[in-house]
Amino acid sequence: MTWSETEQEKILGIVYKHGSRQTQLLQILRDVQEEFHCVPTEAMVGISNELKIPRTQVQELVEFYSLLSVEQQGHFHILLSDSITDHMLGSRRLMEYLSAKLGVEPGETRADGRVSLGFTSCTGLCDQGPAGLVNGHWLSRLTGDRIDSIVELVERNMPLENWPEEFFKVEDNIQIPGLLLENPIEVGAALRQAVRNGFDEIFEEINRSGLRGRGGAGFETSWKWRYCAEGPEDYNGLPIAGLHERYVICNADEGEPGTFKDRILLNSHAHQIFEGMTICAGVVGAKQGFLYLRGEYLRLRPQLEAVLADRRRKNLLGESILGRQGFDFEIEIYMGAGAYVCGEESALIESMEGKRGVPRIRPPYPVVSGYLGKPTVVNNVETFAAVSAIALYGGAWFATHGTEKSKGSKIISVSGNCERPGIYEYDFGVTVAEILLDCGAENTLAVQVGGPSGSIISGREYHRQLAFEDLATGGSFMVFDKSCDILDIVRNFTHFFAHESCGFCTPCRVGTTLLKNEVDKICDGHSAALDLVGMTSLARFIKAASHCGLGQSAANPVLGTLSHFPDAYKDRLKAVSFEPGFDLDESLETARRMSMRDDAMAHLEQEGI
Amino acid sequence: MNKNTLTIDGKPVPFKDGDTIMEAAIRAGIYIPHLCHNPELIPQGNCRLCEVKINGRNSSACTFPAAEGQTVLNNTKELNDNRRTIIQMLFVEGNHLCPGCEKSGNCKLQAIAYSLNMLDNRFPLFYPKREIDSSHPDILLDRNRCIFCEMCVRASHEVDGKDVFAISGRGMNNHLIVNSSSGLLKDSGMEATDKAAHVCPVGSIIVKRHGFETPIGQRIYDKKPIGEVSMAAGMAQEEKNHG
Repeated sequence: MTWSETEQEKILGIVYKHGSRQTQLLQILRDVQEEFHCVPTEAMVGISNELKIPRTQVQELVEFYSLLSVEQQGHFHILLSDSITDHMLGSRRLMEYLSAKLGVEPGETRADGRVSLGFTSCTGLCDQGPAGLVNGHWLSRLTGDRIDSIVELVERNMPLENWPEEFFKVEDNIQIPGLLLENPIEVGAALRQAVRNGFDEIFEEINRSGLRGRGGAGFETSWKWRYCAEGPEDYNGLPIAGLHERYVICNADEGEPGTFKDRILLNSHAHQIFEGMTICAGVVGAKQGFLYLRGEYLRLRPQLEAVLADRRRKNLLGESILGRQGFDFEIEIYMGAGAYVCGEESALIESMEGKRGVPRIRPPYPVVSGYLGKPTVVNNVETFAAVSAIALYGGAWFATHGTEKSKGSKIISVSGNCERPGIYEYDFGVTVAEILLDCGAENTLAVQVGGPSGSIISGREYHRQLAFEDLATGGSFMVFDKSCDILDIVRNFTHFFAHESCGFCTPCRVGTTLLKNEVDKICDGHSAALDLVGMTSLARFIKAASHCGLGQSAANPVLGTLSHFPDAYKDRLKAVSFEPGFDLDESLETARRMSMRDDAMAHLEQEGI
Repeated sequence: MNKNTLTIDGKPVPFKDGDTIMEAAIRAGIYIPHLCHNPELIPQGNCRLCEVKINGRNSSACTFPAAEGQTVLNNTKELNDNRRTIIQMLFVEGNHLCPGCEKSGNCKLQAIAYSLNMLDNRFPLFYPKREIDSSHPDILLDRNRCIFCEMCVRASHEVDGKDVFAISGRGMNNHLIVNSSSGLLKDSGMEATDKAAHVCPVGSIIVKRHGFETPIGQRIYDKKPIGEVSMAAGMAQEEKNHG
């Protein structure tokens, strides 16, 4: 591409649109990517000059977030989800077919610049896969026929807005609603209640409800809010709302493979989520809130903006909310750009400050020093939805559901081998067996609870409960029947973590790749018993020594399956004590070419010792 | 016990308000192995070598605030085994060929490997393809040896005020980049007198024309193990600061 003044002006236009703010760097780069199908070097220079930041800071981001690229992508950039459930629905075969029809390999751009292909991590459509993205927009329920139509549209250079609407159609797919989904709140009702009764009272209700964070870690919501409200400025006082700068962030970076419950909440209950954030702002004294929306959920953005606009019109957002002097609060949507690690709250905050999503050193925690160093509450989408319901119906209403340590309900995303994948909401304490029965799963071999970072459960443990005291989960529930190979699952998850590791700390950066190679070696039939011993100790090390939750859970698939499905591994092992980690015969290929030999003597049979 | 005291491997260690565990340990003459820590730079905790057990939980000593009554375990078999694994990982991740490296004998990675009794690589070598930048008249940048400790990144930002270096990419694709129009060191603001030119613990950033001034065999860690050298340096710094 030759760089002209027009292009330079486009870049400046994008930077100005975002107020030339450094914190908006990721948003600027997303827009540039959309416009140019890459982030050209000249654009990086222009942006760094305009924002007065080192150009390395711009390059860092482009090379960190997987939805940004230095290389030119096609006019149509098509990604297929590489999540295990999409694999099971035939995504790899579809990619082969798509790639052959378009004449371009995954990871490459066709010479004419029309189209590029690639794989991406879970797109949040596991219940209606195989799924993918075209220029950031969801493609659901892909089939061979649909691929044919897509290829035709691409070849005809048909603009995306003229593609058939049903290609992008995503359903909520609610199978069993529960406490929250059956009791949606009327727009503004919870906030009116809060303003009427006062935020101290609402805080007490939240406290009484026993609500814990729905992202998976389960920190008690009221405590988080209290720490944030108190802040580092005054350790002695109780909530001193309004005196200091505070932020409220809704974590909608739903990246755990197999989770899609936030997609439904954002699609159909956005008011309730924003209302929860506004209540939180009233309690902790925040003036500004953000919804950090994962890049893959781009399709939801316009309707979310519309809901925000509607709330402003109704005086549920903005200045003097519901006529209450001094109660000012705004919400801005901040888009992610393809980085699973940004689901970790401090990495998410880094991302929002226009940096790579590297988890921060803790302490200090975000409630003390978060966005721009100010006390910040980061809560999950589902947590904020629950907050609104609790504010309206009361803490006691909520606390009568669930178990002793896990009050209320949990929205579960069910995918994989079952009759009815989709959304299920249960009171905490529900057993794995009940869910399997409800979703019509048969011949189940294993269930992955909580996504790749969670736990794998075998038949002996289907009596276990979903609750913080037993199986904690952010909501992913993937079912595998007896046609599945456990090692395919392990391989997929282990590759996922190696792909998503941010690379900050040694154990995770190097360890996840080593682990991936070990699992590949087993799957390819090159491992001996000794390799399992080495792999186990490597996995334990990664878990113990990594800096953040990603690294600490990256080895869970290996450790979990080694203990629950040891035979899956033993069946693949060679009956030797040592086996080289590489293919001896293949390594001789260069030598054969150079010596122009291909006789039997130029080949080596690989034997272990 | 006095106020502001913690214990490291059972030994009482006093600390000052605002200290990290590493700072308290250095002052007390206790060596906690580390690669990405330098008392003159803001700690980051990326190498994880200084991981200790604080009241039963693993955390990096260079970033964790010291607090009254903490029980810290440092020199244990488990932690030292973990440290050896980290060093082995760093060795296989890059291309570290000690016999041909000017840093040999002054290299912290090599010195810690010796002190932890690392006898093999344990893991298969990655043999990554990495760029060498010899464009600068006074400084050589050999990315083959980079361990992503970000010492040069921090020194250039915090001390030199130049932001010459940054880590780009993600995970295994991490790489050190240079802030210049060509991406080459010669077009950056880097000078041989910069702090960033002198903090690399390995042989990634080397000032030219000083090679082999000290013969191999007579270099820093040829004479004393790194623990002793590090503690002596820590004490000297402490004396300089507080007379």
